[in-house]
Amino acid sequence: MSSISTGVHIIREGVEPVIQMTCRDRNRIAIQSDLLGAYGLGMRNILCLTGDHQIFGNHPTSRNVFDVDSIQLVNLIRRMKDKKLFFSGEPIKNHAPEFFVGAVANPFADPFEYRVDRLEKKIDAGAEFIQTQSIFDMERFARFMELCVERGLHERAFILAGVTPLRSWRAARYLQTGVPGMIVPNDIVQRLKEAESPLEEGLVICIEQIKYIQEHIKGVSGFHIVAISWPEAVPVIVRRARLRDS
Amino acid sequence: MIIAEQKPIAEIAGFIENCDRVLLVGCAGCVSICLTGGEKETGILAAALRIKRRLEGRPLKTATCTVTRQCEPEYIESLVDKVKDADAVISLACGVGSQYLAGRYPDKHIVTAMNTRFAGGFNVHGFWEEYCGLCGDCVLSLTGGICPIIRCAKSILNGPCGGSQDGKCEISRDVHCAWQLIHDRLAALGRLDTLKNVLPPKDWSQSRDGGPRKMSREDVMAESKLNAAD
Repeated sequence: MSSISTGVHIIREGVEPVIQMTCRDRNRIAIQSDLLGAYGLGMRNILCLTGDHQIFGNHPTSRNVFDVDSIQLVNLIRRMKDKKLFFSGEPIKNHAPEFFVGAVANPFADPFEYRVDRLEKKIDAGAEFIQTQSIFDMERFARFMELCVERGLHERAFILAGVTPLRSWRAARYLQTGVPGMIVPNDIVQRLKEAESPLEEGLVICIEQIKYIQEHIKGVSGFHIVAISWPEAVPVIVRRARLRDS
Repeated sequence: MIIAEQKPIAEIAGFIENCDRVLLVGCAGCVSICLTGGEKETGILAAALRIKRRLEGRPLKTATCTVTRQCEPEYIESLVDKVKDADAVISLACGVGSQYLAGRYPDKHIVTAMNTRFAGGFNVHGFWEEYCGLCGDCVLSLTGGICPIIRCAKSILNGPCGGSQDGKCEISRDVHCAWQLIHDRLAALGRLDTLKNVLPPKDWSQSRDGGPRKMSREDVMAESKLNAAD
């Protein structure tokens, strides 16, 4: 289902959505058209992604677009707000959309030493908030955040740490071996394998990760709970990790 | 060079089902170098088609020839007599050569025996790889001599994306991440700073997106006009 259509449902429920736009399926004309529509429907937060290659999923024979990449997209949307320009460079006479522009960062992809450079590049292009890939390897994430803090990137954009509750050891194994750009340590797979209640263990691990990041890792402004095929887990984690006051 | 490979025999045979006599035209250019459409391969394809038809009880007559380059009018001109006798002409050139044949012999059924794959080359015998996306607006000078347009599965200009791991692309462990290669090369040259600049959205109008492309040299065109006038 389209992210913008989902956003409409979320707004109707009284919640503020962060919609997503990938560069895989649309050229700059379609992206701009959809974003103007989304803004008109009340959406204000946009996450820009290059997008997974279509080989993943059930349309491997489709064509991809990739007219612009995620960094270029961030820049084009920021330019709408800051300079009142359409993607084409023509002026927007009035009601220029003022999106809060986000991008993603993957500390677990390679080359590691370039990942902070690339995040900086996204922030230079105009990203105001950052959502990270799901974090399981805390050591690597800690090293990544140290470099970000050294450069003051955490003061130039809100960095949200991605956490994913795992339902089973098989789900963990799948992320470990089947998804490029993910690192899942073996002890997490093992804990889920040995757990009496894997669902409860999945929640416990996720809450532990949130606490660990809160207590030990500087520069993180919040969390993005990526509950893959398990949306019911979100309110439970928010409550048990005390991520909200009420 | 242009890399092309032969279609399966059954598919080619299907195109000439109703023919008794065919001419197979190989090309001594790129397809000869990539061992799919040169003189030798043309002979082998002709033999395979004859055997298949003999087994089916409907013998096929074949003639073969290989021209220097099928993508140049002067080299296909000499085929006039051979083409005349054939019910169909099978081209073993790339899509360009095949279209030149069709253009020169408009009343003849031209069968394309090849799938034209990409612009590339080989480093190991028997293994060809794509190198150039023919985008019409080259960025190689900015990317360490490695093309992100075609060697990156997403053609991104500000990579590597989040799917790059251990130097490999997210689409396959057999595919190098072009942006990892670009990163390593620029690092070795002491030019990593180049990657700090955000490369702006690309002008795709110089690519296929702008329609069939043309290139002209007015001096050459003028000279050829003069020669014709003489």
